[in-house]
Amino acid sequence: MIIKTIFSGFGGQGVMMMGTSLAQSAMSKGCHVTYLPAYGAEMRGGTANCTVAVSDEEIASPVASEPNYLVVMNQPALFTFQNRVTAGGSILINSSIVEASPSRQDITTFYIPCTDMAQELGNSRAANIVMMGAFVRQSDIVPPEIYLKTLETIMGSRKKALADINRRAFAAGYEYVQK
Amino acid sequence: MAKIVFKHPESLKENIFHYCPGCGHSIVHRLVAEVIDEMGIRGITIGVPPAGCAVLAYNYFDVDMIEALHGRGPAMATAIKRCLPDRVVFSYQGDGDLAAIGIAESFHAANRGENFSVIFINNAVYGMTGGQMAPTTMLNQRSTTTPAGRKQSVDGYPVKVSEIFSRLDGAAYVERCAVSSPAGVNKTKKAIRKAFQCQLDGLGFSLVEVLSLCPTNWKLSSVDSCKYIDEVMSKVFPPGVYKDLTGKTGKTAEARP
Amino acid sequence: MNKVLMSGNNVIGEAAIRAGCRFYAGYPITPQNELTEYMAEHMRNAEGGIFIQSESEVAAINMIAGASAAGVRVMTSSSGPGISLKQEGISSMAAQELPGIIVNIMRGGPGLGNILPSQGDYFQATRGGGHGDYRTIVFAPGSGQELADLTMDAFDLADKYRTPAMILADGMMGQMMEPVIFKKPKPRQYPEKFMLRGAGGGKSKFIRGLLLDPVDSEAHNWKLARKYEVISENETRFEEHRLDDAKLVIVAYGTAARIAKGAIKRLRSHDMKIGLFRPITLWPFPEMRLRTLSATVKNFLVFEMSTGQMLEDVRLALQGYADIEFHGRPGGAVPTPAELANVIARVYEQKD
Ligand SMILES: Cc1ncc(C[n+]2csc(CCOP(=O)(O)OP(=O)(O)O)c2C)c(N)n1
Ligand code: SF4
Ligand SMILES: [Mg+2]
Repeated sequence: MIIKTIFSGFGGQGVMMMGTSLAQSAMSKGCHVTYLPAYGAEMRGGTANCTVAVSDEEIASPVASEPNYLVVMNQPALFTFQNRVTAGGSILINSSIVEASPSRQDITTFYIPCTDMAQELGNSRAANIVMMGAFVRQSDIVPPEIYLKTLETIMGSRKKALADINRRAFAAGYEYVQK
Repeated sequence: MAKIVFKHPESLKENIFHYCPGCGHSIVHRLVAEVIDEMGIRGITIGVPPAGCAVLAYNYFDVDMIEALHGRGPAMATAIKRCLPDRVVFSYQGDGDLAAIGIAESFHAANRGENFSVIFINNAVYGMTGGQMAPTTMLNQRSTTTPAGRKQSVDGYPVKVSEIFSRLDGAAYVERCAVSSPAGVNKTKKAIRKAFQCQLDGLGFSLVEVLSLCPTNWKLSSVDSCKYIDEVMSKVFPPGVYKDLTGKTGKTAEARP
Repeated sequence: MNKVLMSGNNVIGEAAIRAGCRFYAGYPITPQNELTEYMAEHMRNAEGGIFIQSESEVAAINMIAGASAAGVRVMTSSSGPGISLKQEGISSMAAQELPGIIVNIMRGGPGLGNILPSQGDYFQATRGGGHGDYRTIVFAPGSGQELADLTMDAFDLADKYRTPAMILADGMMGQMMEPVIFKKPKPRQYPEKFMLRGAGGGKSKFIRGLLLDPVDSEAHNWKLARKYEVISENETRFEEHRLDDAKLVIVAYGTAARIAKGAIKRLRSHDMKIGLFRPITLWPFPEMRLRTLSATVKNFLVFEMSTGQMLEDVRLALQGYADIEFHGRPGGAVPTPAELANVIARVYEQKD
């Protein structure tokens, strides 16, 4: 079983970190993973995106023809990638920033006001972690404990207060989406 | 009748700059275009943009342009000017482009006294490739290839282009300016105009070095970047006229064998 | 040994340092900047490690030639325009029999081109690239793990045959993160007699490239040619994937092979008997193995991120014994497995 996810948004929203943290935690769970960032000039325009593939067997192609999940942190991301999502796949949208909704009927959409939620927790920059909470619950790719543990390793020696906010942000997103 | 105080230079296309907010390239582009307009030389100007953040300059300047390989602009400009001596030719180069990979081409174009102008953007980093050390990176300045700051013992000293090039006999006019303040911007514009005039008068090689901000790779706000130029960069790279033969009478170009 | 998740550029840097590379010179160019930056950060911490950000690619290749002559394991890296600038130096290293690793993280060309993944430098890499009658060992890794393994192997082979070797990957391989395990490097075996370290009390040595006497020059060329023959016989590498019952074989390397594997997976689920032949060394090219395959398989499809370069080697290898189709995407275009699967399916059905 292979699951591919595209994370997309503005540079500075922590989009790449969403991808690496998923890849890292899936790796520590024992899965095969690839993380493929868009790079260079593509990023000058201020957008950022990456593709993460997680599988229980060797991953042939890291390029996603038809991702199972699309995580949308800003409006342009929705228009760029919504048509790629596989039929029956899911789109998770940061509804604090994205006003539009997908034009497709054959997918499931989740609206998570993650920027607002992060702001309520005292740090709007944790919007990506709120989203990861929702994503981890919806996708079932990695158990929440493993994800959180990985997140702490990635954050490393940085401030404890930040780790605390991240944990709460993750929990908020996780609780927000009902299974 | 209202007086027009601000208008889009004719030598600039309507395209929106791709440069980061606050980038010095945008300022200098506008100045070059204004000078071209004011001198009425749009139709006879040929520009040579570099590999660097200004690689897309042909999208902005509404004059003939050919993109050069990294560092080789002065070789191309040399040839274009030799073939078309009555045109105004300029190369537009970053510090990596001019003082690292292209130092041979720049140095020898200046030394031969080639009659074109170089607009030299000194932002003390490699902008386009993401903030690596440039020849002009200052001692102790951090970059992605000098994570602990530039060390003289392994990375050498910042290259002082205006000082060095002004010593070459072929150089007719060399000035260093800074676009960190309104006064500096005005001075830069005057210098660019003088460089182009120097060329029209057939006096030989001209170079305008511009201390220019790169807020993105300096990881500073635009305002702090301007302060950085005034308080730090200008100490290492003092603005001023380093060589000026434009006041002298007689065309040196004709005097050359 | 633990698995670590690293980008391809960083994997090459780490593998090189572990393999004992102690001199790196490079000049920034996308999409390999992370490798130069990795060396800037880590080489200075490795014992005896030297990192130089050179003033140009021309300087970088000549710097590694010098360090190699001094007896140090050396590497440089670049992409497209920078690799072109290094060609004179690579030719000279081949002539002077100096070992060293050149990494090319390919981007779209020709000229400045763009910074996206491409495979347009195949000819340049496999045909020598620079002037004169020489070859360069060329590895085309297909995963993060192979980047690690082949980088280490490349150092060993460069030493063994006293010749420059190239790692030919592309922007996608360089930027992509995958889990890797670094194997234990072999101890270096490079006789001191090839190093210039000062004559001391003994006989002085010299290393030269200019051979004005035609007798010397021809002899030197034949000596190199014999060496290349030995390399061809012993160092050719390839991977065969689902060839046992294949009716159509895709020939692809590096990133293109990854995409092809994805496409094959899709098509196999529709019962199409398709396999992959993946050259791992591009020079020496696994010519004989491919020719042997043509005894049982009659249809091949070459897929490259170029307008068709390795295609010529496949034609030379198959010598008309099988049909060859081609699909290419040049200039930085990377097709998805779905797109490639459509192309392959069309060819498969025509042949079926
Ligand atoms: C031969 C070659 N090497 C490297 C590059 C990659 N490259 C493009 S621009 C650049 C440096 C840009 O720095 P600078 O000249 O200071 O211009 P800036 O972007 O700062 O304005 C480099 C290294 C290239 N295009 N060609
Ligand atoms: S990276 Fe620096 S030089 Fe390049 S456009 Fe941005 S601010 Fe300007
Ligand atoms: Mg610069």
